[in-house]
Amino acid sequence: MTIDDMLRILRVSAGDSDDVNFDKSIVDTEFEALGVDSVALLEVTAQIEREFDVDLERDGVHGGYTPRQLVALANVR
Amino acid sequence: MVTGIDVVAPNGIGVDEYWTSTLDGRSGIERITRFEAGQYPSQLAGEVNGLVPEEHLPGRLLPQTDRMTRLALVAADRALTDAGVRPDEMPEFGIGVVTASASGGFEFGQRELQNLWTSGSKFVSAYQSFAWFYAVNTGQISIRHGLRGAGGVLVGDQAGGLDAVAQARRQVRNSTAVVVSGGVDSSLCPWGWVAQMASGRLSTATTPARAFLPFDTDAAGHVPGEGGAMLVLETPGSASRRGAANVYGEIAGHASTIDPRPNIGREPTLRRAIETAVADAGLVPSDIDVVFADAAGTPDLDRVEADAIGAVFGPRGVPVTAPKTMTGRLHSGGGPLDLVCALLSLRDGLIPPTINVEADGGYELDLVLHYPRPAPLRAALVIARGHGGFNSVMVVSHTEP
Repeated sequence: MTIDDMLRILRVSAGDSDDVNFDKSIVDTEFEALGVDSVALLEVTAQIEREFDVDLERDGVHGGYTPRQLVALANVR
Repeated sequence: MVTGIDVVAPNGIGVDEYWTSTLDGRSGIERITRFEAGQYPSQLAGEVNGLVPEEHLPGRLLPQTDRMTRLALVAADRALTDAGVRPDEMPEFGIGVVTASASGGFEFGQRELQNLWTSGSKFVSAYQSFAWFYAVNTGQISIRHGLRGAGGVLVGDQAGGLDAVAQARRQVRNSTAVVVSGGVDSSLCPWGWVAQMASGRLSTATTPARAFLPFDTDAAGHVPGEGGAMLVLETPGSASRRGAANVYGEIAGHASTIDPRPNIGREPTLRRAIETAVADAGLVPSDIDVVFADAAGTPDLDRVEADAIGAVFGPRGVPVTAPKTMTGRLHSGGGPLDLVCALLSLRDGLIPPTINVEADGGYELDLVLHYPRPAPLRAALVIARGHGGFNSVMVVSHTEP
């Protein structure tokens, strides 16, 4: 899974907002700061699991994660 | 008092377009385009095709909202703009939200059910957790605008919309300065469609002009639609303090009842709801100058409504109209849309017409047919009934200066 996959999934599953563009500049920003709330994060993580057939143990993923960290987690699994 | 309104209707987007279409007798009922309906006995609906809500909402809201929530958010945005209410300038808990819903997010739910059964539970959207839920419009409107006053939802099929505005009025009387209220429903998807057909009350006519004929000898069912209206209710003090530009009128009275079980020898309670609503407004029946009928469009229900109106107002005792013949029955949106229509009637001294119907006379109703009727209007009565015996009746009147 790549950063580009992550950004694409964010755009589709969380949706672009007026304030935040899901581009490479935000890969180290925490999800909570990006306005990705707990349900949106659940959906983003679920989408990664569907696409890449991994089990991310979603309960462990929280708003303090950054996109880069989530990609790393997916690639470890 | 009502200080802001907006409409999303099959025959008009926004108040002006809706009112102009309604006075012109222009219908939004057509063959369904939203999904493949040719396989069903009922194939007509009032679709909202003049608005693409996705163009008016932030991308963040799109994955998590059913269509009905998107329409409701646009209508609430515009009603608040119409009222000139700036939430950031109001006290933190000063604005509440009370909406009605009849079906929740059916289209969203159908898709997720399909995901569940074709692909498995891992493929169900996390947003299904709230996107289907009756209270989600209240929730999303409240979140979007930061409206942290009392919130709630009323569910009563087509009657719920008036019940929601009545609850908003209670909150305003209880000193919440502003309450956003109304209802928007949309269940134009196969799952929603078969659920509605199961009621046995949907018209199977194939011609729009012959499909929804309340109080007509050929009444044989109604046509559903999507959409509704949002209203901003406010205390006079708040409206005056911020110099509210628009005052459309008063929610003057309300009553709701539930019918007794059938076949136990007791009368339906619509008559009592009408009498109680009029009394709640501090009025008597002769003060009511127009009735916006529930207009179920099936002979048994039409008879109950006509009898109740006749019992309270006398045979042909008050003009009666059903502009919903141009939109279809809008579930939780029907009552609020009729309220907006009634307020505009009061404003302009014009009763909008009922279209396509030729009164059969047996109901002894003074139906306003085909063309709008100019008339001095002091107060209007709006009736809304829901499947299962819900009756909700509201009185609107001018605001005294």
